[in-house]
Amino acid sequence: MKNIKERIWLTYTAMTCLLLFVAFFQSWNVALSILNLCIISAIMSLGINIQWGNSGIVNFGAMGFTALGGLCAVIISMPLTKGAWEIGGFKIILAIIIFLIFIFLANRTWKFYKNSPKKKICFGLLIFLIGFLILRIIADPVIHAIESYEPAKTGYLGGMNLPVIISWPIAGCLAALIALLIGKIALGLRSDYLAIATLGISEIIIYFIKNEDWLSRGVKNVNGLPRPVPYEIELQNSAWLINLSEKFDFSLVVMSSITVKLSYSILFLLVLIIIFIFLETISKSPWGRMMRAIRDNEVSAGAMGKDVKKRHLQVFIIGSAIVGIAGAMMTTLDGQFTPASYQPIRYTFLIWIMVIVGGSGNNYGAVLGGFIVWFLWVESEPLGLWLIELLTSYLEDSSELKNRLLDSAAHMRLIMMGLILLITLRFAPKGIIEEQKRI
Amino acid sequence: MILNVSKISCGYENTKIVENCDFYLKKGQIASIVGPNGAGKSTAMKAIFGLLPLFEGKVYFNNEDISYIKPQDRVLKGMSFVPQTNNIFHSMTVEENLEMGGFIRKTGVKETIQQVYKLFPILLEKKNQIAENLSGGQRQQLAFARALMTNPTFLMLDEPSAGVSPIIMDELFKKILEISKKGVSVLMVEQNAKQALKISDIGFVLSQGKNKFIDSGKNLLSNPVVRESFLGG
Amino acid sequence: MDYINAIILFSNYILIPGLSYGCQLALGALGVTLIYTVMRFSNFAHGELMSFGAMISILIMWCLKDIGVSIKPLPTIIISLPISIIITVIFCLLIDKLCFSYYRKNNSQSVILLIVSIGVMFFTNGLIRLIIGPNDRNINDGERFLVKAKTIKKVFELNEGLSIKMSQGITIVITLLLVTFIFWFLNKTKTGKSMRAYSDNKDLSLLSGINPERVILITWIITGMLACVAGTLYGLDKSYKPFTYLNLVLPIFASAIVGGVGNPIGAIIGGFVIAYSEIIVTFAYRKFLSYLLPDNFLSDGLMQILSTDYKIAVSFLILVIVLIIKPTGIYKGKLI
Repeated sequence: MKNIKERIWLTYTAMTCLLLFVAFFQSWNVALSILNLCIISAIMSLGINIQWGNSGIVNFGAMGFTALGGLCAVIISMPLTKGAWEIGGFKIILAIIIFLIFIFLANRTWKFYKNSPKKKICFGLLIFLIGFLILRIIADPVIHAIESYEPAKTGYLGGMNLPVIISWPIAGCLAALIALLIGKIALGLRSDYLAIATLGISEIIIYFIKNEDWLSRGVKNVNGLPRPVPYEIELQNSAWLINLSEKFDFSLVVMSSITVKLSYSILFLLVLIIIFIFLETISKSPWGRMMRAIRDNEVSAGAMGKDVKKRHLQVFIIGSAIVGIAGAMMTTLDGQFTPASYQPIRYTFLIWIMVIVGGSGNNYGAVLGGFIVWFLWVESEPLGLWLIELLTSYLEDSSELKNRLLDSAAHMRLIMMGLILLITLRFAPKGIIEEQKRI
Repeated sequence: MILNVSKISCGYENTKIVENCDFYLKKGQIASIVGPNGAGKSTAMKAIFGLLPLFEGKVYFNNEDISYIKPQDRVLKGMSFVPQTNNIFHSMTVEENLEMGGFIRKTGVKETIQQVYKLFPILLEKKNQIAENLSGGQRQQLAFARALMTNPTFLMLDEPSAGVSPIIMDELFKKILEISKKGVSVLMVEQNAKQALKISDIGFVLSQGKNKFIDSGKNLLSNPVVRESFLGG
Repeated sequence: MDYINAIILFSNYILIPGLSYGCQLALGALGVTLIYTVMRFSNFAHGELMSFGAMISILIMWCLKDIGVSIKPLPTIIISLPISIIITVIFCLLIDKLCFSYYRKNNSQSVILLIVSIGVMFFTNGLIRLIIGPNDRNINDGERFLVKAKTIKKVFELNEGLSIKMSQGITIVITLLLVTFIFWFLNKTKTGKSMRAYSDNKDLSLLSGINPERVILITWIITGMLACVAGTLYGLDKSYKPFTYLNLVLPIFASAIVGGVGNPIGAIIGGFVIAYSEIIVTFAYRKFLSYLLPDNFLSDGLMQILSTDYKIAVSFLILVIVLIIKPTGIYKGKLI
């Protein structure tokens, strides 16, 4: 126990030193932008960790929930496209409601014919298809019209014009809702298949967001999301910052962008702390103890009358909601929503590396993993460049091999991530910070 | 003595299940290990074949110490083992099952398959069927047949009659007698103690991991104490 | 005549592309299935192994071109296959030795092996980008078409011309040869049967004296071979781009699962099911129906079930539906 506490202190201090090192040797700007994404990564990693570490659920759908969070940020914060809304906003909502009714009916039919699989599939599918057809008939022309309404500027319904911060908890709720649906249908699967199914579902979500331009502008991206923090230009005109920059003899431009990033960091850190305390509280509660009991021995926990399926669903929803919140935060930070940038390597597998490296099953480890892995992911390129420079320093500058190697430094990060994961699994399978034994 | 097991103790991890037990039989004999549930019968069997490590004691096969060699090497020395469950390759045909049974041999597999078919004519009939589609009794015969493919001199059966109907059970015991007449010694673990002891030359009654009685099958059947406590009157 | 036009249109845009794409998926799914049945884990690195094989084929092709080898009208890459297969197999064996064998010995859970395969995926992906770069490369240097649309149009005086791309023809022929070989190997040879026996019942196969390390060695050899050929054919048909192979992993898993996990025939059928559903669901039927129906029956739209953008999503959709409705797949595979 003491040992683990020491290790937490040591590693957290080392991580802080690393960031300070970057701040002093590269720039404060770089260090703060790494820190911001480190915090977001840590939150995502916490979300996956509660699923994998606390109950052994393999969720490869982090990418989908991140994107849903991003979509939420767009819908909450962007101004409404009035023209597009007048063309057919209500019709689309109507179509969706009708479709949902049909899905509900299909579900009822499915349950009604529980005992005859043929009827179940036939009628269930038939009702679903009719619903889908009606959806298409009502929505298709409207969607077309909306998408061609000033396509260069908008071409989508827009949002609710609310402060973007509101989107963070709402993103969590949306992700939780979707996770409830996914969990209901997929959580019965064994680990491998659950992994593949969640990965597949997350890809479907991405495809949906990429192609339903009326909702998300698709691959045309949404730019210029309103910020929860002041803009650099405003700051540069504000008296207190000008004073400050004169006092410390710092460039005003740099100062203003550092201030912006710092305010993001503070906001994010606040969210991280809230989520962290929440997770620690529930994992110490009887509920958390039961989750670990189920993980360690599903059969006997089930035999003791614990409702394993229900608990798994709960933890799946909590974890996914956390990832959704992180997704909304990330889009807020970027100030834009680019559906094409959602790749499973970056948004699913990298998060998994964070959880495994940090130490699955404990929240301190997950946060540390998020920080370290993101730090390495960003810094691997300069690090690789530096390494290659060092190794090839005896070669002439015009040497083809040297140039080739320097070009390829950008790809070092994937190799490095692979190696980090493999080495951790082999030599420290419990991660950097082991799970504490709690009874 | 084809098999001589002296004073073995074995079990799982740190729990001793079988303690200080002896088992032995001569060439061509049938021996059975009987006893109540949880007496350690199957555990002892697995230890004799090397599927579980021995804590103490020795296993001699044809007067050779084989206590610490791998099961695969025991197969090469002429032992063969039929597990209680999962004892056939379900997705393969009957003939393929037999071929795989004789995998370790370089030559003479075809001839042995013919001999095995003579012993189990039903398998010849169904030789191209997938094993999964056989009936329970046929599967058990296939399991025997697969084990015989290595031309063993010593065959071990773990609960051969588990889960089959009484009629098929009689048939299986007949087959076991036939096998032993071919010169193969048989050691089996059985729940149906009466039936098993009827055809056994020697019987071992195990209780709570210890030898309680060792005698010929006939004597055990007529022993009132054994009848009272282990054979249900 | 209109019917013939419709049939040719159908085979041009659905039948033949589906057949060649199905072949590529089937080869990939067969590799995933073999690994799954023998080693009991889902190999997420399989797409990267395919990419690796394709990359080696390209590197060898460049060497061959440098010394002036050409087999026009066939693309040069075909003759580099034997060597690239060997190199891919060696790569697979190395990966197994360095990464997977340790966990096998420790009897780790299959999900741990799955995570290891993700590590391998990252590493291999990076390695490939390091060696050949992330750019798009066209590697078909042979004749483009086996059957040209123009000639058919002229000869038979039709509106629609049948065209078969050279890469499609090669894909179909090579797949047929390779799959025949693998099924012959699995069903007729002693080694192949021992592989099946091992995947069926590990404990019993050990009792029968089957050497597990040898079975695993053979499995990786076949998997490497399949991955290399499938990767090269996919690159030949579309174009070689390292990151596309990552997106191929899910359709491949979908094929393996839809067909029935752990069943080689199922993997092949699954490949075609996925390929055809992707194409059928996203095909615009307007022109096709215009040959068959009177004009006034047609609506204005493209008559598509789903927009072409959803092409790959269809395979995920089928995957999810199959996992929910019938987890054993079309051919009864191992229960999930």
